[in-house]
Amino acid sequence: MPHTPHRLEIENISIGYGDKIILQDLSFQVPHGARVAVVGPNGAGKSTLFKALVGILPLKSGKIFIHGESLGAHKDCVAYVPQREDVDWRFPVTVSDVVMMGRFGQIGWWSNPSKKDKQIVRKSIEQMGIADLTDLSIGQLSGGQQQRAFLARALAQEPHILLMDEPFTGVDATTQEVTFGLLDHLREKQVTTIISTHDLNLAASRFDLVLLINHRLIAFGTPKQVFTKEHLAGAFGNSLLVMEDGMMLVDECCPPEEEHHHAEVK
Amino acid sequence: MNWLLEPLAYQFMQRGLFASVIVGVLCAVMGTYVVLRGMAFLGDAMAHAILPGVAIAYLLQGNLLVGAGVAAVIVALSIGLFSREGVVKEDTAIGILFAAALSLGVALISSMQTYAVDLSHILFGNVLGVSSSDLWLIGLLSLIILLIVAFFFNQFLVISFDPVLAATLRLPAELLRNLMLVLLALTVVVSLQTVGVSLAAAMLVTPAATAYLLTRRLLPMMLVSALIGALSSVIGLYLSYYLNIVSGSTIVLTATAFFLLAFLLKKMKSG
Repeated sequence: MPHTPHRLEIENISIGYGDKIILQDLSFQVPHGARVAVVGPNGAGKSTLFKALVGILPLKSGKIFIHGESLGAHKDCVAYVPQREDVDWRFPVTVSDVVMMGRFGQIGWWSNPSKKDKQIVRKSIEQMGIADLTDLSIGQLSGGQQQRAFLARALAQEPHILLMDEPFTGVDATTQEVTFGLLDHLREKQVTTIISTHDLNLAASRFDLVLLINHRLIAFGTPKQVFTKEHLAGAFGNSLLVMEDGMMLVDECCPPEEEHHHAEVK
Repeated sequence: MNWLLEPLAYQFMQRGLFASVIVGVLCAVMGTYVVLRGMAFLGDAMAHAILPGVAIAYLLQGNLLVGAGVAAVIVALSIGLFSREGVVKEDTAIGILFAAALSLGVALISSMQTYAVDLSHILFGNVLGVSSSDLWLIGLLSLIILLIVAFFFNQFLVISFDPVLAATLRLPAELLRNLMLVLLALTVVVSLQTVGVSLAAAMLVTPAATAYLLTRRLLPMMLVSALIGALSSVIGLYLSYYLNIVSGSTIVLTATAFFLLAFLLKKMKSG
C-alpha cells in the first residue's frame, strides 16, 4: 500500500506584506481529520497564516503541500469561514444564495445547479439549524445566524480542509455549540479543521492539536505538550503571570472592536 | 395618445429614444456593481477622464466614441496598475488620474476654435444629435457588454461579495476586476452621447441605488435597476421635448424622482 501523505504539510514558510515579514520560517504537518487550534497573542500572524493557506497572500519562501501536492493544484478542497468584519453584510444575497456559492466549485461557472446541489444546500442549511431563514437576506440575520450561514456554506463545499478565523469571538452559546457539532460531524468525514481562537480553554479542552505562534512557531503538538510554562512564556511574554499553585494567567490587550479578554490555563 | 406619438414623427426623436433607452438599461445594469462595490467615485472619474480622448478624436476628425473608448480603457487600466498591491490607495490613484485627464481634455478643447458648442454637448449630451451609425454603435457595444455581464454573472458575484471565496475557488480575481473596469469604461463611453460625461455617473448610481432599496437579491436588483433606467430615459426624453430642457438633466432628474419615491416607500415600510 502506498504511503498516504499528510493532509497538510507546511515547509519553512515565511509570509508578509511588502518588506515586512509577519511569520518566519514556519513548519508543521497536520494528519487527516485532525482538529487544530491556532493560538497566539494579537498580531502574532494567525490571520496572515490563514490568508497564506487559502492562497490570497503569496509566500515569501517555503512550500505548502495538500495531499502531497503544492497549494493551488486542487481547485476546491479548502473552505474558509471568514471573520465577521471581512464580509459586506449589506450585499443583496439570501442565505441560500450564500450557501449555493459553496457549490460553484463543483457545479462549474456556467451550469445551473443540479437537483443534487440544491439538496446539499438545503441539507447544509438544515444541519446548521437555520432552515427557517433560507430566503432572508444575510443582512437581516443576527451575528450568530450569519456565522451559521457561512458554516453551512463551508459544509456545502465538501472540503478536505476547513479554515475558520475566530469563530468563537462574539457569538452566542448556541452558535458555539452548533459550531462544535459541525466540527464533530466533519471529524467523522475525515475533514481536517484549522481554527484560530483567543480562547485558550477551548483550545486546551476541545482540540486534538494546538499550534502556538508568535511571528514564528513556538510549539506544535497535543494541548498537553503545547501548554507548558515555557511555551506560553515564549508566546505571551510579559502578559503571562504564573501563580504559586501552578495556575497561569494570560492578560492581553485586544484590538478596539473586541472585548477585553482574560484566559486562564491550569 | 397624440402627445405620446407626436414627438416620434421625427426621425431624430426615434433615434434619441432608442439610444437613451439602451443607455438607460446598460448604465443601470453596470451601476449595480458600481453601487455594490462602492465604485461611484470611479464611475464619475472615468466619465471625466474620457474627455481628452474625445478631444483628440475631434482634432483628428475621427469618431468621437472611438476616441472616448480608447481613453477610458487606458484610464481604467492605469487605475488598476497604480493601486495594485496597495502602492497608492485606489481613491488616491483615481483622484490623480481623473484630475489630470480632465485638465488635459479641457486644455485640448480650449485650444480649438469652435469649442463652446461641442464642449457642452460632450458634458451634457446631445441625444437628439444621435446619427443612425451612432445608434448602431451604441446598440452593438451595449449588447456585447450585457452579454459579457451575463456570461460572468456568477464570477462577478463571488469576487464582489467574497474575495476570499474567490481565492479558494482559484478565480482569476485580478483579471475579472480589470474586465469589470473595462466594461464600466465602455459603459461610460456609450452614455457619452445621451447624458454626457457629467451626468453619466448619475445614471450609473441612481437607478441601481433605487433598485437596491426595493430588492434583496442580485439578479432582481439588476432587472429592477434596468427597468428604472429605461423608464427614466423615456419619461426624461418626453419631458425634455415638451419642456424644452436639455435631455441629460431631465433623464437624471426623473431617475432621482424614482429614487426618492423608493426611499419614502422603504421608510414607510420599516417605520
